[in-house]
Amino acid sequence: MSETITAPTASTARPHLPSIAALGWSRGVAETRMFFREKDAVIFTFAFPIILLVIFGSIFGGNLEGTPITVSQLYTAGLIGAGVMSASFQNLGIGIAVDRDDGTLKRLAGTPLPRSAYFIGKILNVLVVALLEVAILLAIGVVAYGLALPSEPLRWVTFAWVFLLGITGSALLGIAVSSLPRSARSATAVISMPFVVLQFISGVFIPMTQLPDWLIDISAFFPLRWMCQGFRSVFLGDAGAALEMTKSYELDRVALILGAWVVGGLVLCLTTFRWKSRRDG
Amino acid sequence: MTQSAVKVRGLAKRYGDVQAVGGIDLEIHAGEVFAILGPNGAGKSTTVEILEGYRRRDAGEVSVLGTDPQHPTRLWRSRVGIVLQTANDTAELTVRETVRHFAGYYPNARDPDEVIAKVGLTEKAGSRVRQLSGGQRRRVDVALGVIGNPELLFLDEPTTGFDPEARRRFWDLMEDLAHDGTTIVLTTHYLDEAEALADRVAVIAGGRIVAEGEPATLGGRATAKARVSWLEAGERRHLETGTPTRTVMELTRRFDGEVPELTVTRPSLEDIYLGLIGAGTRAEVSP
Repeated sequence: MSETITAPTASTARPHLPSIAALGWSRGVAETRMFFREKDAVIFTFAFPIILLVIFGSIFGGNLEGTPITVSQLYTAGLIGAGVMSASFQNLGIGIAVDRDDGTLKRLAGTPLPRSAYFIGKILNVLVVALLEVAILLAIGVVAYGLALPSEPLRWVTFAWVFLLGITGSALLGIAVSSLPRSARSATAVISMPFVVLQFISGVFIPMTQLPDWLIDISAFFPLRWMCQGFRSVFLGDAGAALEMTKSYELDRVALILGAWVVGGLVLCLTTFRWKSRRDG
Repeated sequence: MTQSAVKVRGLAKRYGDVQAVGGIDLEIHAGEVFAILGPNGAGKSTTVEILEGYRRRDAGEVSVLGTDPQHPTRLWRSRVGIVLQTANDTAELTVRETVRHFAGYYPNARDPDEVIAKVGLTEKAGSRVRQLSGGQRRRVDVALGVIGNPELLFLDEPTTGFDPEARRRFWDLMEDLAHDGTTIVLTTHYLDEAEALADRVAVIAGGRIVAEGEPATLGGRATAKARVSWLEAGERRHLETGTPTRTVMELTRRFDGEVPELTVTRPSLEDIYLGLIGAGTRAEVSP
């Protein structure tokens, strides 16, 4: 019967494959749409830092020793760091583990979608979530806790690079750890536990000056502590520098370590990323 | 002119100590509907996943639409459609959003609404994929497999969990696609499905092809002996014969008319299949 069949139209002209940029954008729109429809994921990534800020802001009042800065303002700056990491590290770590388990990655691998477009989509989704999270936390800080937004453009420049380096490093770390959970069901526990620990030892909930040396050494290795330190320099200003361990925000070290995480995270992703689930071998 | 869509020579794949595929030769012609049958663990999914470019092979030559699937290009991917066995992705998108989104990946996509209508989901187009029944969910998988207007379509046990009506509808859809010239390769557990859809069938057992041919003649089915059965003196009698018509005429003479509870049967595809995979398993035990 083969000779009676005409070939499908595809072979007539050389077909024009859609561009990676267009596909990345299309993935970003679909990812963001799916993210906001999945209510438990939204609550997990969004509400957690917001609820903590409101709780801590209500429990601890008053100023920090010898400064005009209140405890709630300190928490606002720290939780912005934690919020950015939650939107990138936690969101991607869990999200990609789920994609691997529910067949998303396998299905996409069978289509002409370039793999880079999948990651562009994830990154666009992370940027939207993180910017929204920062905006909400800042709004609460300004309205409820008298946080003053910086007026000097230079501090916004600092905000921009801390945000970009921090979110990129955390996102790459999230993509790398997404290979650890054995299934989607274990992903939330496997990814969230280290993140909660990291928040406790990185100065988000407890000031670094009150931590033992060995915990400080551990936290120095990860990006969260440096991201929080950078955000404190933006939102607490010179008056807050006295609260830091070295009486300075050490912005050069912040840049160095966050930059190193971008490079190291990329290497980690390229060497460890799995497209298949363990089931698929 | 008969072009081949899939050409396989000496394909082998081993997982640890298990030889999953042990030397398979296969040729599937363009425009053909080809069914791969076999018990679980016989190597059919491994074979198909190698053809789809999901798995690497240990040995052998494979050409799918003229390309080695081990080195897939985007253009090659756009000519191949794949319907996976299990997937629960895009749960939060609606059927229409999902099909439209995937249409954007392909250079020559079909019209999303037409494809949704073809798989019978028009009424569900606005529903979230999460809310669909198992059978409806599979039809979304089929829609995503054909949305790119593929020249070659792979289906891995496509109708598992379908009710009889949905299965019949799915068969009609496959016949439509085959009529349009799409080459279809399907694995299935259902022998009636293979008989209804496939131009040719291959039976895989123990990592090898134990029989290949048209469903009507597979494994000597057309020339196999018929079984004549009747009731005589309160006892059921059987006779295996190559000339059943003569047997029936003799019986008619003997009973002088009506033969009590007379039946004449030829082996079904299922009988042939069960015989073949039994043989395949024995071959595996003593190679």
